[in-house]
Amino acid sequence: MNHPCVVTLERDSAPRTVFSGDQLIEIDLPAGTRVIYPRPTIEPLKDVDAAIRYAISHPENSDPLHARLRPGMRVTIAIDDISLPLPPMKRPDVRERMLTILLELLADHGVEDIEIIIATGIHRRMKAAEVRHMVGDKIFNEYWPERLYNHDAEDADNMVEVGVTEHGEVLELNRRAVESDLLIYANINFVPMNGGHKSVAVGLCSYKSLRPHHNPDTIRKSDSYMDPRKSQLAHDIARLGRLANQKLNVFCIETTLNNRMFDPSLDFLMKNEDDLNDREKALLKGLVLTTARLPQSARQAIFDRFPAPYGCTGVWAGETAAVHEKVIERSFEQYLVPIEGQADVLICPIPFISPYNVHAYLNPLLVQVLAQGYLFNMYRGAPLVKKGGTLIITHPCTDKFDHEQHAPYIEFVHRILPETRDAHVLRNKYEEKFAKNPAFIQMFRTGHAYHPAHPFFMWYWGENGRQHVGRVIVVGADNEYIPKLLGWETASSMDEALYRAKLEDGRSPEITLLHVPPILMGDMSLPGGG
Amino acid sequence: MSASYFDVDGTLVATNLVHPTLYYLANQGTPVQIARRLGRAFFRAPTMAWAELWDRRVFNELLYSSYAGMSEDRLELLAEDVFEDVIRPSLYPYAKSLVQQNKRAGLKVVFVSGALECVLRQLADHLGADEIIGNRLEMKNGIATGKILKPVVAGPEKARLIREHAKRHGYDLDECFAFSDSYSDVPMLSVVGHPAAVNPDKRLALLAQAYSWPRFDLTQAL
Repeated sequence: MNHPCVVTLERDSAPRTVFSGDQLIEIDLPAGTRVIYPRPTIEPLKDVDAAIRYAISHPENSDPLHARLRPGMRVTIAIDDISLPLPPMKRPDVRERMLTILLELLADHGVEDIEIIIATGIHRRMKAAEVRHMVGDKIFNEYWPERLYNHDAEDADNMVEVGVTEHGEVLELNRRAVESDLLIYANINFVPMNGGHKSVAVGLCSYKSLRPHHNPDTIRKSDSYMDPRKSQLAHDIARLGRLANQKLNVFCIETTLNNRMFDPSLDFLMKNEDDLNDREKALLKGLVLTTARLPQSARQAIFDRFPAPYGCTGVWAGETAAVHEKVIERSFEQYLVPIEGQADVLICPIPFISPYNVHAYLNPLLVQVLAQGYLFNMYRGAPLVKKGGTLIITHPCTDKFDHEQHAPYIEFVHRILPETRDAHVLRNKYEEKFAKNPAFIQMFRTGHAYHPAHPFFMWYWGENGRQHVGRVIVVGADNEYIPKLLGWETASSMDEALYRAKLEDGRSPEITLLHVPPILMGDMSLPGGG
Repeated sequence: MSASYFDVDGTLVATNLVHPTLYYLANQGTPVQIARRLGRAFFRAPTMAWAELWDRRVFNELLYSSYAGMSEDRLELLAEDVFEDVIRPSLYPYAKSLVQQNKRAGLKVVFVSGALECVLRQLADHLGADEIIGNRLEMKNGIATGKILKPVVAGPEKARLIREHAKRHGYDLDECFAFSDSYSDVPMLSVVGHPAAVNPDKRLALLAQAYSWPRFDLTQAL
């Protein structure tokens, strides 16, 4: 018997309404199609501040935070950047809550030398308004920009080598964090691949320390990278994280969020379309028509305007690995939907946002990373689609980029990808040279561009999906060039895409639709107990 | 091996060619001579403003005619002061880091500017550039005639000089970088594989947007 979040369509089922970028579209799917919906939203904690205070006073495998403080010590607090949650959450952001409590506690214990670093890794620098949104007015006004600032992975003078792992990986971290008496990492765990050792070892490191694990082979061996126990990426990063914890005095705080991406008035977006009442049906229809008629810029402005009302569902603090274990458990509780049997055809609607395009357009490379990367990896146990199966996505794949944030992406897509799609060739022949491009490095350091290595990592991020899936068909692409460049086919309608998938298999395929967003993960069990 | 070619005025420093010239004029000869030179320069200002808009080469020729009568020794001697008093205070906050970034990437850094070579050399030494391509005054018996030696480093000529320089050193232009702030340097930006607009004027900013050239600002500290 199916889990309540798994619905099998019947002959008279209503069309499904899914995202195609920043539009909502209706798709008709054949009877027998399996649709997986997100789990109901977990109730948030009633008093998040109290939970934070409790967590830092009753930590996992660690003395309470207050016992680790002494007057005059040098403390650095690192926080996650705007790549999570998605979209950015309503104020007060959990980071503001954690920082407020931490700063009070530090002040009470005579700690005055405090700096707050936004652990951007090689993501773009956050803008002042984004930081203000995240940390709140009071902290922003007091600390920005001298004592609250973005990590700069290319500031050679302010990066320091911490050590080398038993595998020869060099760990280079932010000097201020390394030279502090205590490093507190205050995290938001949006998906199971966030947090844990990744926080310090990736958020505060340099390109040099990312290269050993941000590569095609690590991703190929991750099954999936949303399941930390079976993620080679998580294992490799943990090695560096453990080294960081040996050399630095680290105290971590991790929080989990529920899947309340939309306002409660839009709850019907998560519901089975057959169960909608008349009002909800009318509203959904209205959204479909509105997003179809509005110009793209207006749609983007609307989606940018409304932060998500995420609720905090858990707070843990203390030693990295012990904390993260609890966090993963709670994260799975929100996201995992039990599923039996892989599909021949997996349909993944591509929404308007990814971790790397907050306040910018979802460019073609990011469409790729959502399709073959993040959404493909939203499983535990086994992929939702069979080896060699078909992935159908809905997105216009417009050849459009944000010229500031994604400047290196443009060159990657239009200059390098036409040379090869082979991730190993990209890594061995092009990556290191591109990563040193002085113009892009300058845009990264003083502008708001992603690091020039980032588009390569985005390509590798899709590597296990690319190796597993037989073909990708795009429904609704407004051009053929971009899909072809990405190695994809196009279809003018879902019917056409499904017809092609049928021809490939020579029989009626088993079809599964992943009804995202909000996020969900398939907890796959294979016939025969696999 | 390949190279990065930098325009200087407006790209790495806030000054233009006029500032060092005024410094030279104000520090050369007796007060009467200084007044006469500055007066002459002031008188030519409208013509130079017109030339600046329409033909960089003519602008350079007019500007450097102000140097007529200056001794070579004095020009060299004052170059250090020009750098310390005029150029150095006007350096953009991230100019040095950009030059150093290019060097870290294994690129030869070459300044290509309408400035006098003696001044340009000072800046190159300070920022760590490897080579300079600048203007040189014609000298007769150690005294400037007021003419510039050909080729005049300005506008499209910069592109030709870069091509020649790259060829001489065996650089693949497709692998080379160029940085400038001005639309008048589009020819120079267009000959390399990696052009970038730095603190661009409006017209260059639009062009950079259209061609997806990297664009950034060195003028403000973070």
